[in-house]
Amino acid sequence: MMEKIRLILDDVMEGNIVVLEKGLAPEEQSKLIEITMREITPDGFAGIEMETYPAKEKPGFLDRLLGKSSPTRLTVIGPADQLKTIKKEKDFITAWVSSR
Amino acid sequence: MSFLFRARKKISKFLKAFFSNRQSRIGIYGPPNAGKTTLANRIVRDWTGDALGPVSEIPHETRRARRKEGIVITGNNGGSITIDIVDTPGVTTKIDYKEFIEYGMEKDEAVKRAREATEGVAEAMHWLREDINGVIYMLDSTLDPFMQVNIMMVGIIESRKLPVIIVANKIDLPDAAPQRIKSAFPQHPVISISGLEGDNVEELYEKMVEYFG
Ligand SMILES: Nc1nc2c(ncn2[C@@H]2O[C@H](COP(=O)(O)OP(=O)(O)OP(=O)(O)O)[C@@H](O)[C@H]2O)c(=O)[nH]1
Ligand SMILES: [Mg+2]
Repeated sequence: MMEKIRLILDDVMEGNIVVLEKGLAPEEQSKLIEITMREITPDGFAGIEMETYPAKEKPGFLDRLLGKSSPTRLTVIGPADQLKTIKKEKDFITAWVSSR
Repeated sequence: MSFLFRARKKISKFLKAFFSNRQSRIGIYGPPNAGKTTLANRIVRDWTGDALGPVSEIPHETRRARRKEGIVITGNNGGSITIDIVDTPGVTTKIDYKEFIEYGMEKDEAVKRAREATEGVAEAMHWLREDINGVIYMLDSTLDPFMQVNIMMVGIIESRKLPVIIVANKIDLPDAAPQRIKSAFPQHPVISISGLEGDNVEELYEKMVEYFG
């Protein structure tokens, strides 16, 4: 589990936005917050922002495509204050993931 | 303050002498500035006469968790609980010292505040996994309850199967909307209070005795 969190955080610290199709378990979220705090430096890394998108629009479509009935949640993790651009392109991200 | 309430406080002090071990630790969690320390101070003052820590309009005033041990809270029906209250730093996923400069702080002081805040939040998350038996999750009812950090924190608390009371604070403010909080977290008891004015804190005490007992 720690390895997964580390990989995500390393990616975000390099300025990337990480998209997780399955989201994070609560225990993982708890560790993610804790480790994020330990990585923050003045004028350097300022932390993360996270959004989860329930696949609400066109219900059933994604499910059929992925062949499962559980609600698909998309988790997007990025560097602090950079997710505003993501929100605008929410549909794009959904499309990108669903076409994989 | 009513006569009955005063009498209950006397009984509480009396009981404290007998039940000062085996208490459960109740963490007050929530985003920065929700009013956690204000409430913690009120609880400690109402039931012991002491205070816990400083309050400020600048976020991240609390940067080390503070604990007051062996508080006895007595309910209307005579039942009581003995708890340690842990006031925690406001949980967030990002901290930028520049935010504090906007409040008029010098850079050195702002950087120090940010560093202490990050350490405090990390510690609070660690304790939530190791050391806490129940949670009061505090929200400012003038703000949107659906912030990601609230959803995450309540999910984390639920996954640890900890009893949680959600407090919709600052109901003394004109744009308070505690109903929004109630619909955001229908699975948990939500108590609307003003920690500052003391409105409805008695209902919170009743719920604490019932829920954390
Ligand atoms: N109007 C109103 N203001 C409140 C209430 N409770 C707290 N405040 C104010 O909100 C601000 C923050 O209060 P604190 O108790 O320091 O909040 P906190 O959650 O401990 O904040 P951090 O320690 O920074 O996470 C202060 O200016 C308080 O006076 C309330 O019930 N009503
Ligand atoms: Mg505080």
